[in-house]
Order: sequence, then structure tokens, then C-alpha cells
Amino acid sequence: MITLYDYELSGNCYKLRLLMSMLGVKYKAVPVDFYPGREHKSEWFLAINPLGQLPVIEDDGLILRDAQAILVYLAARYDPSKKWYPVDDPKMLGEIGQWLAFADGITSTSSAARLHDGLFYDFDVDAARAGAHRLFRILDEHLWFGEQEGREWICSAPHPTVADIACFPYIMLSEEGGIPRQDYSAIRRWCDRVKRIDGFVVMSGVFPASPARAA
Amino acid sequence: MAAPCSDRILLDDWHIVADRAVLTEGRPFASRLLGVDLEVTRHGDDADVVCITGGAPVRSQQLYGYIWACLGTPARDIVHLPEAFEDDRHTVTGGSIAVKVSGLRAVENFLDMGHFPFVHTGWLGDEPHTEVQPYNVEITEADEILATDCKFFQPVASPTAKGGMMVDYIYKVIRPYTVALYKSNPLQPGRLDSITLFVQPVDEENCIAHPFLCYIKEGIDEPTIRWFMQLIFAQDKPILENQVPKRLPLDPRAETPIRADAVSVTYRRWLRERAVTYGAIPAAA
Repeated sequence: MITLYDYELSGNCYKLRLLMSMLGVKYKAVPVDFYPGREHKSEWFLAINPLGQLPVIEDDGLILRDAQAILVYLAARYDPSKKWYPVDDPKMLGEIGQWLAFADGITSTSSAARLHDGLFYDFDVDAARAGAHRLFRILDEHLWFGEQEGREWICSAPHPTVADIACFPYIMLSEEGGIPRQDYSAIRRWCDRVKRIDGFVVMSGVFPASPARAA
Repeated sequence: MAAPCSDRILLDDWHIVADRAVLTEGRPFASRLLGVDLEVTRHGDDADVVCITGGAPVRSQQLYGYIWACLGTPARDIVHLPEAFEDDRHTVTGGSIAVKVSGLRAVENFLDMGHFPFVHTGWLGDEPHTEVQPYNVEITEADEILATDCKFFQPVASPTAKGGMMVDYIYKVIRPYTVALYKSNPLQPGRLDSITLFVQPVDEENCIAHPFLCYIKEGIDEPTIRWFMQLIFAQDKPILENQVPKRLPLDPRAETPIRADAVSVTYRRWLRERAVTYGAIPAAA
């Protein structure tokens, strides 16, 4: 069974829990005392990931770090429909790769602001917020134009991909870093669509969509 | 928000300014108490606290894994928690989390069972078990608020719970910004685990919640205790940060309580009677 080295309040850990739930993949979570224990910098954890970062998974002898890399692995291995990561579609893989890198940008801005505000990280919060707004504006326009063309998801597939899962958590948690989303209506609609994917689960700070689909 | 605190009951009391676990040797940690900017620095087993403006030292001490400071002249000691000295308990700092709301709101939320099914769905409550049964509230001889006979059905009351159970709670407001709960231990039903929430009033509309947990060791380790505490508290955080107004209104007509809010009603009255105004919207004279 997959072992996930996990921290409940990490959006990067959450995206793996989310995809595994949607794929119906069973896993065992090992809680790492990220805060305040800094267990991700402990000797035993650095032996697993010398970068000292969560998440990490172990599966079938493979140890893998980096949330985006793990999303790719999980979808390629455990999604027989090949929708979440369409390994036979080069254009789609290119698009997904582009937005996975974008998700890293969301982490280094929106997540950084949240760590500053909530957990006292010594970051330049104004720069982090400004950076997040810049990315949100770009994604909001991308999604808005997509809606005009009948595209509901980040990539140009008629179904969600790992790119949606990669971008979702730190957008949903942005308010905790003082980054409101009022101005991003297409992002808000997209968030509701993600919340209605079968197998969606919440994390602390993320609430489910209302049960009934809007008429 | 910039107004200095003039409540003697707060100025002359001890407040947490840092969890020792987050301090790095020799590196100043920025903290803020009652609107006053502070720096906390660890030196080996010791830690000192200074005021950023002027660099004057602030009276400080360590207890329960935290650094405490008093801006005035201490009128009493740090709250004594007998269960923190019982050998068969983990005593754990649960992870300090900043919340953009008055600390009085955080205390009141901690006292509220009514939100369990809606905010802590699947953990501390679920539908349709939403009823808060009547409970008792009294003010003790020690001038604490005590709520007893609190019961709530919880799907996962604790990391060691094996399925849903009716959980007994006792709540205690110990100081204006300090509140504790005691709940049944799932493995030793006769004994209670305790969580004390020490709330650091950063300023009138910002606080830091420092949960301190005293859990019976049987069947549980410290990372799991912290995991569960943060899971639960991070569910409360967005709710708290969206409360309007951010300060706690003390006027009895300001917000409409229901029977389940009996302990909140007592808490607000208790604050009024003790002239606590910092973090509050005082009642009209």
C-alpha cells in the first residue's frame, strides 16, 4: 500500500489525498510533526527526502518527493481511464506540465503568505500577495476565456486533469494569507466545479460545495 | 486598533508570547502582545523578551513549553494546571496559530458546542445529531466560569476513538483570554483529557491561539495529538476570521443568543463585570 508522509495543513499534501480519493486509491498516512516539531528537518526524514519537504510517498519500493511529480506518478499508474494524466497525448502532457509549473508558483506566493500570516514564517508577505494576485489574474482570464469556449477545466480536455488538482489547494486557502478572491469570478466557479468531482474530500480550511448543484 | 490596552486585569497578567519549539537559538522571534511589539530570543535553556521600541526588557518566564511575558506588574501567577504534572500524560504544545480576530471571539468559539456538526463535520459532530442538550453554568469561588454536564455525540472525538460516542465535556473559563475543556478519554472512560487554549491578545483584532494538551499517554503519541488538534483548529480558523465585527460585542442586545449559548452569555457578562474592554466592543453605558 502507498505510504504518504503527511501534514494535515499542507495544501501540497492535500492535493495527493484529494487525487487518491478521486482515484479510489488506498493509502496509509504517516503524520509528520511539521509544525511546531519541524520533524521534516529531522535526521530520519532527511534520509527520505534530503530537501526536507513534504509530501513524500513510498510505493512499491519507490520513494518519491514533490507534490506535482507525485500527482503525475499516481495518475499515470493508478488511473486506467488515462484521463487525469493522458500519457498518450503529447499536447495534453505539455499543457499539464505548463500548469504544474504554474502550481509551483502558486505555492511560492499564496502558500508563503499563508505560512507568514498563520504560522509566523519570516517571508516578505507583500511580495507574496502581489505575486499570488498576478497569477490569479492570469488563471482567472484563462478560465474565463475557457468558459466562453465551453472548456470547464484548466487544460483543454473535456475532463479535469492533475493540473486542476495541483492548482486547487493554495487557491482555496488564499484567504488565510490575506489574498481575497472576490475579483476572480471564473476561479470561484472553477473551484466549485472541482468540489463537485466524484471523490472530492476536504481539508481543514476548505469547505465542501453545497450539496445541490445550482440550477 | 492602535489604542493601547488600559485593562489592568490584562496588563498585570501573564500571556504566552512564543512556543519554545519555534524558537531558534540566538535568533530573535517577532511577537506582539496587547499592541506592543516584542522580540523573543532563546539562549540555551533561557529566553529573553524585549520591547522593540526602546529595547527595554520585559518580565518573562517559561512554563508548559512556552515563553510568557507580563507587560505590567504581575498580580497573579501563570494558570496552574494540575494535570500537566501527572506522569502518565503527554503534555504537548499543539501548534500556535495566528487568527485575524479578537482573542475573545476565539475563546467564545472554543466554548461553543453548537458549531460541531457544521464546522467539524465527521469529527466532533455530524448531522442530524445537532442538538445541544441543556447544561449547567456557574461561577466558581475561584472566579472561573464552569460549564458542566455538557454532552455531545461525536463521530471521531479523539485520535484514539473507535467510532462515534457520546462525549462528556466540562468547560472552564479561567482568565479572560484562557479557556479549557476536559473531555472523556476514549480508552479510560473515567478520566479526562484536557485542552487549555491560551489566547495571546496580539491586538484588539488579532490573536494567536496556543493550545496546550494534557492527554493520557495510553494508545497515542505526540505527533498524533498535534495532528488532531491542528486538524480541528484549522477548521475553526476561517469561521473565526469571517466573524463580524472582529471584536466581541459585550452589549447583551448586540447578538442574539439561544439556549445552547448559555456559557457564552455568562462569559460576556463576566467580561463586562471585570471591566475587560480590550478586544471587546463595550456595552453602552
